[in-house]
Formats: sequence, structure tokens, C-alpha cells
Amino acid sequence: MTTTGERLLEVRELVKHFPVKSGVLISREVDQVKAVDGVDLEIAAGETLGLVGESGSGKSTLGRAILQLIDPTSGSVRFEGRELVGLRQRELRPLRREMQMIFQDPHASLNPRKRVGQIVGSPLKLNGLASGAELKRRVEELLDRVGLSPEHYERFPHEFSGGQRQRIGIARAIALKPKLIVADEPVSALDVSIQAQIVNLLDDLQDDLGMAYLFVAHDIGVVRHISDRIAVMHDGKIVEQGGADQVCERPRDPYTKKLLAAVPIPDPREARERLAGRG
Amino acid sequence: MSAQAPLLDVRDLAVSFTTEEGAVQAADGVSFELRAGEVLAVVGESGSGKSVTAATLMGLTRGPNATISGTAVFEGTELVAASDEELQRIRGNRMAMVFQDPLSSLDPVYRVADQIVEQIRAHRDTDKEEARERAIELMEAVGIPDAVGRADAYPHEFSGGMRQRVMIAMALSLDPALLIADEPTTALDVTIQAQIIDLLRELNRSRELAVLLITHDIGVVAEIADRVAVMYGGRIVEYGTAEEIFYDPQHPYTWGLLGSLTRIDRPRPQRLPQIPGMPPSLIAPPEGCHFRPRCPHAFDRCVEVPGLEARLPAAPGHLDRCWLEPERKSELQKTSPLRGPG
Repeated sequence: MTTTGERLLEVRELVKHFPVKSGVLISREVDQVKAVDGVDLEIAAGETLGLVGESGSGKSTLGRAILQLIDPTSGSVRFEGRELVGLRQRELRPLRREMQMIFQDPHASLNPRKRVGQIVGSPLKLNGLASGAELKRRVEELLDRVGLSPEHYERFPHEFSGGQRQRIGIARAIALKPKLIVADEPVSALDVSIQAQIVNLLDDLQDDLGMAYLFVAHDIGVVRHISDRIAVMHDGKIVEQGGADQVCERPRDPYTKKLLAAVPIPDPREARERLAGRG
Repeated sequence: MSAQAPLLDVRDLAVSFTTEEGAVQAADGVSFELRAGEVLAVVGESGSGKSVTAATLMGLTRGPNATISGTAVFEGTELVAASDEELQRIRGNRMAMVFQDPLSSLDPVYRVADQIVEQIRAHRDTDKEEARERAIELMEAVGIPDAVGRADAYPHEFSGGMRQRVMIAMALSLDPALLIADEPTTALDVTIQAQIIDLLRELNRSRELAVLLITHDIGVVAEIADRVAVMYGGRIVEYGTAEEIFYDPQHPYTWGLLGSLTRIDRPRPQRLPQIPGMPPSLIAPPEGCHFRPRCPHAFDRCVEVPGLEARLPAAPGHLDRCWLEPERKSELQKTSPLRGPG
């Protein structure tokens, strides 16, 4: 376990452009989508950085570019001081153990033909960390840790509800005790009562295991709850970054202000006052 | 029809579907009133029965595998027993609906103004030019900039928020008394959601349009609803004015729904209050109150289904389905794990 405070991840001037191509026979690049356009950010060990933005802001692309799941166009991503951009797959592999991902749609990210035990155990097995009875014991421990029961070992993903599937995805992500988890909209497909369960689970796991989170989401309320710091992304750029309460209570950037003003307040009297001002 | 009669009066509506796994009781004992010019929000999570209720009013759940009972009287016509032809006349005309995903509700190969024109001419005897003028007027009314210039664009040339505006324009084209909006902002970004909510509020006021809003988002409810029905497991568990539901919630599920929200206007709690467990299966629901297995305050009486009744002498319009005595509830609320601080 790393101690809180040490710099774990350092992203400098990260850029990811996607080409826009045109032409039927000879495809030419006619334009570029600047999905990530010069991003700087840092994450300390054990810390949660919330990355908030609307659709098309580039937040998901940024998460994937940090994990090298897509190749950045330029810039630097350092993990524990080591440059990731430009590494070959073979060189990245040992580092992948340290950096895991949780996806929005646990249904699409779990192999429907594999049993839960195989899904959760595969990282341990592939890395040669456990096999046979030891593997089964470790997987049952993981299932218990995320609030599932050992009897779920033999079941298939489709037998589970959305919230339980997200727990399976989380169990797989923590199997190798990573130092960083990128969680891309991990609760936005879930009902609100289940959202709270998963947010609390992620909180508890961080307390126990000490990993850092990059929590990517569009819901600034959820992001603020779970994050130490927040970065607000808009059109490929970080427009504001700071302490979670500071960004939500004293936003400086006009876009952050607009975003916060649009969040509905579940209080009819306060809502009425705010709406009068929204115009 | 007396001046006091509600625009829509739903009594004991029940909808069940036969499936391979068994009968799904999607809605059960649903009763509510919607007055002219009022906004009623039906709020609930997936599987609560909120969308099925709305779709049933529009006649969209009719089919060989569906069993529908109860009554829903809209402007004097009973909708559950109405013939398909009768419903056809009311639908789009007096009662219109917008859905969550405007892209799949618009025809991709027709220009947007033509789709509105077609809707108008299907119900009204107007010539094309007149209907087109009306379509452009409506596009302007719902805040589509440069409506004249964009009338001949195709749906894919509009953003999600603008497509939802087109859907609303189409819904308004025959000047309905009631708009049923099923998760109209769920697919939209929060800044666009705010614009659509503002538009619905404005239409509600300027046209005295009654709105039945189906949503999972209790924040949206606070911004627009006069009255709220909270649904859980196919039943309305609490019903009252927005103020009653938000400031004096009576059903433990409502406590949990309000408690588990993250609020940017409040200091954040160490931990989010959470409702334990999972929503009920509608094929084999729990006996009695459907919330019972998840409710920390359940007691022996909860194996019977509580009626949707007024239980507070001071608030005869505030109904709930919970056996707990009101005094006991105010006591419990202070410490309930469902509520959290504040």
C-alpha cells in the first residue's frame, strides 16, 4: 500500500485528436476532433480526483488515454514516475496490474459466457498469482468484499441486477490490488438507491485498500460526494480544478458556474428561487 | 363536467403482462387525479411502474399478453375501455406524449417540419401551407432558433436538446390539454435538461397545459411539479403536493429516495444514506408492502398491503401506503438510516 500524498499519476499536455475522414475511394483526413486538447492533471496516491463534464467533453477519452487503452496523440503520462506514452504493449503489461478500469455498463463489460468466478478470477490467473483451490478462495474473498456471496461464483452475469453486475466489475478491478482505478461513469446507469450503495462501496474499498480513483462522471453531485479534488472538463480542456467543495461552492470558471446552476436542487422552495434567477 | 372535475381521474389502474417466466404485475392499484393546468410528477426507479402507467393511458400497452383493469377518465372519456378508434382520436389531439429518446421517435428520412405537418393534417382539415406555417410557429414557440431556416432540416441535423424541442412542438401541434412526458430529459446533458424543464414550465403556464411527468430524477420533480406520486414496485406508495412530499415525507421509501441523493447545495455527509437490498421482482413480489424486505422499520402488520390513504388529519390530500402511525414516523425519521443528516 502506498501512503497518501505521494504523486502517483502525472499527466502533462496530453492530447488526443481523432481524424475526421472524407472521400469514398481515397479517404483523406479533412479535419480533427480535439477530444483531449492539452490536459494537465495529477493524482496523489490514495486520492480521488473527480473528472466531470457533459457528453462530448472528452472526459472518457481522457480516462482511456491515461490508461493507454487508446494511444495519445502527444503529451506525457507518468505513473509512479515512469513514462507510459510510447511504451510497447509488452512493456505496459506489468504496469496494467497497477491500473484498472471500471466501466459504465457492467453488462457490456462482462463476458456473458463466463461464470462470475472466472470473470473475477481471470486477472489473478492470467498473472499467475493463484490457481486451483487458492484461486477459488481468493475469488470468494473478493466477492464477499464487494457485497456478493460466495454462492454467486458459479452464476452467469445475466442472472444479476445492474447494481450486482457493477459489483462484479469492481471485484475484478480490485483483484490485483491496483494503485489506480479509472472509473468511467460507474453509477450513471444505476437507480438512485443502488447508486448510493455503489458509491459507499467504492469509498469503503478505498479506505481498506488505499488505491487512488479517477472518477469520471457527468453528475457533479455524485462526483463531489466521492472526490477529494474535482477537475471540470469542457471541449477537451480542463477549465477548472480544485478542492471538491471549493469547486462546487466557489466556482470560478463560467462553464463550471453554468453547470452548477443547471443541477436540479431537490427542494421545491429553493428550486423556485433559483429558477427565478435562471431565466 | 363540473368545474371541479379533474382533467384526468385514474382509479385502481392495474396492468399485468403474461411472460414466459410468469405474470408481471407492472402496475397495481394506481389512483391519482390530474387537474387542468397542473403538473403531476410520477417518480420512481426502474420497474416501479411509472412508464407503464403513462403508456397505458395512451393505449400503448394494449396487446394479447396484457391485462388492464381499473378506470382512467380523461375529459369525460374512459380510456381503459375506449375503442382503439376513440383512443386514436384523443391521442395526439387532446393528449400528447413525448418520450425519452427523441431520435427514435422522429422519422430519420423526413424533414422535421413535414413530420409536424403530417401530424396536424392527420387530425385537422388544413391545407399544407397553413399547416406548415403552424409548424414553424410551433418550432419558434418551443425555442428552436431560426425555425424558418431549420424547418427543412432532417432530425440528425439537430442536437439532442433541439430534437426534444421538435418532439414537444409536435406534441403541441393540436393544442392538447394534457402532455405526458416520459423521462423527457434523461438522455440530455444537465445544462440542456434545465432548458427543457424551463420550456415545459413556460408551456404549462402560458397554455395552461397539464403535464404528467414521468421521471426517476427527484431533483427535476422539485423544479416543476405541483403534485407528486412516488411509485415503488408497481404501486403508488405516497401522493401529495410537492411541499408535502419533500418537507414531510411519510413513506420510508420516500425517505430513502430523498436521503440517498447527493446534494450540491448542502455540506456533504461522510457517507451517503443508502436503501439496502434491491427492488422487488414483479413476477414474485414480496407479500404485503413491496418495500417491506428493504425497510428497516417494517413490523408484523406489513405483510398486509396498506391502502393508499390519508393518515395525517391536517393533510387530507397527502396519501401514503404505510402502516406506521404518523407519530411513530416523526419519531423514526430523526434516526432512520434511510434519511441521513438534514
